[in-house]
Amino acid sequence: MTFPQDSVLVLVEVSPSGQVQKSAAGLIGAAAGVGTPVALVVTAPGHGQAAAEQAAAFGAGTVLINETADVATKLSTPAVDALVAAAAQIQPELVLVSNSIEGRDVAARYAARTRSALAVDAIGVSRDEEGVVASHSVYGGAYLVDSAATAGTLVVTVRQGAIDARAEAAALNAQTLEVAAGASPAATITSIDEAVVESGRPELRGAAKVVSGGRGLGSAEQFELVNELADELGAAVGASRAAVDAGFVPTSYQVGQTGVSVSPQLYIALGISGAIQHRAGMQTSKTIVAINKDEDAPIFAVSDFGIVGDVFTVVPQLIAALKARKA
Amino acid sequence: MKIIVLVKEVPDTYGDRELSLESGLSNRSGEVVLDEISERAVEAAVTYAEANAGTEVVAIAMGPDTVPTALRKALAMGAAKAVHVLDDGLVGADLGLTAEVLAAAVRREGFDLVMTGNISTDGSGGSLPSMLGELLAVPAATNLASFQVDGGNVTGHRTLDQGSYEVSAALPAVISVTERMPDPRFPNFKGIMAAKKKPFETVTLADLGIAADDDSVSRSIVISVAERPARAAGVKIVDEGNAGEQLADFLIAQKLA
Ligand SMILES: Cc1cc2nc3c(=O)[nH]c(=O)nc-3n(C[C@H](O)[C@H](O)[C@H](O)COP(=O)(O)OP(=O)(O)OC[C@H]3O[C@@H](n4cnc5c(N)ncnc54)[C@H](O)[C@@H]3O)c2cc1C
Ligand SMILES: Nc1ncnc2c1ncn2[C@@H]1O[C@H](COP(=O)(O)O)[C@@H](O)[C@H]1O
Repeated sequence: MTFPQDSVLVLVEVSPSGQVQKSAAGLIGAAAGVGTPVALVVTAPGHGQAAAEQAAAFGAGTVLINETADVATKLSTPAVDALVAAAAQIQPELVLVSNSIEGRDVAARYAARTRSALAVDAIGVSRDEEGVVASHSVYGGAYLVDSAATAGTLVVTVRQGAIDARAEAAALNAQTLEVAAGASPAATITSIDEAVVESGRPELRGAAKVVSGGRGLGSAEQFELVNELADELGAAVGASRAAVDAGFVPTSYQVGQTGVSVSPQLYIALGISGAIQHRAGMQTSKTIVAINKDEDAPIFAVSDFGIVGDVFTVVPQLIAALKARKA
Repeated sequence: MKIIVLVKEVPDTYGDRELSLESGLSNRSGEVVLDEISERAVEAAVTYAEANAGTEVVAIAMGPDTVPTALRKALAMGAAKAVHVLDDGLVGADLGLTAEVLAAAVRREGFDLVMTGNISTDGSGGSLPSMLGELLAVPAATNLASFQVDGGNVTGHRTLDQGSYEVSAALPAVISVTERMPDPRFPNFKGIMAAKKKPFETVTLADLGIAADDDSVSRSIVISVAERPARAAGVKIVDEGNAGEQLADFLIAQKLA
């Protein structure tokens, strides 16, 4: 099989039970903007075809499938070995991988093994006269930095939820990929407890609206107020690290430097002081609203609309007012 | 048992962090500190060494001439030895070169376990641990929120979006730990004094047998840097009983609700 010269190799992330991760749509969308997406799915036996169909629906007509039982027991290396085999056929100028924990590990190992240039946490890819360029939002969005490879393939991990572009669904042309196991020893996965995917609310990454709560909510029960406002607005729910550490919400809700980076149309911070590590993950939001009892809270420095007040009085009034105005 | 902890010096997140618009390099003239998660890796290594006689902890860092302060902190916390990789050829090093250099420094020192932070506060790369696993040809168990070492194995717990994993790796291995690990200790006076007498080695690229300017190797380079304009100041009101109403009006006027 021959591949177009401008092929971009996209590693589609698949959960242990075969679910294609949402990041795939943005990765394929980004690839289509600079070339022809060729997707790679690495799954447990029996899950390849369904994953490939999903990749085609996201716009990657050509999909290479590698089914291997190793995905259940070996950390990262099965996907790395498959990427090596796929790249040997395609000779891509660009390899796109999700900047998830698993994606980062795979991209890093792949770049180290093939001695390719690695660009991490990109928010976009483009092309100039000299080749492919990766764009990054650095230091909490204070800087925009472009990077490129001096030669050869550029391996890029793409921030989840950062790409809005979507490719048109394509007709599936699936092909089985033969993969030789690499020599690199892997850590062994001894058990997996797959997270139950919650439905209803939008996903935090890439959401158009986010309502986040901090330590100021006081307890897991009282954090319900954040959920209520989010549901009224059709927003995703986020949190500060202090709220996560206090056990109000799971770790996956954490917005900030070591959590999720979001850049929604609307970000509402409730009872969050606005520590620099929190701001790093949300200060590029279009409109920022903050409600905090402390008039000197640093969150007000980045807010478009700040309210010095108690969340337990302001938010119920806000919800009632929104309901009333809708009626 | 020999544990190598890789520590990184970073600009203090609590200060203003700047990038040079010409070079794309971070400005280190302000406060520089030991990366918060690297610090937790030191804490975990030292805690293990205290409970297991015969464990040696060596801290290694690559970076400019300000790095010894960060390394001295690791020594004051309880590491037995520090190695600083310092070379003009490393200015602006990309992830690939950094990984090669650190892998060479680790190999030169010898190791049973390499510990790193999962992601640094400045680069947000989160890629060195896996790159090191590949270059050192050992397993890498990354993003561990907790870990144990016993019987020649390291085991740990990691949480991902898709769920939580228990993993294990035979030593020698690389692990990276997350911010969920216990808080680092504050070095006490005794530790700070003891640190002054501990071995501190400075090594160059030549010592490691690495040529940083090898043009045949593909590198990632910065081609442009721009500062995002500062946010315009917004409005701030004090709730006088109708702030919720006012916010509802604002959201509706902005077509956000
Ligand atoms: C390396 C590193 C990484 C980090 N990464 C992150 C990260 O990714 N994300 C993150 O969020 N943090 C992160 N942090 C932690 C960060 O420094 C802060 O500790 C954290 O963000 C504080 O959370 P908070 O604002 O909820 O809590 P606090 O700082 O305690 O603020 C609570 C706020 O609630 C207000 N409040 C209390 N009651 C009410 C009420 N009834 N009504 C209105 N307001 C009220 C208070 O005035 C206060 O401002 C990191 C720290 C480090 C060192
Ligand atoms: N220059 C460096 N010197 C020593 N260790 C480093 C260096 N850069 C990164 N590390 C280690 O790699 C981890 C992850 O960093 P990064 O891949 O940059 O996010 C850090 O927590 C450190 O343990």
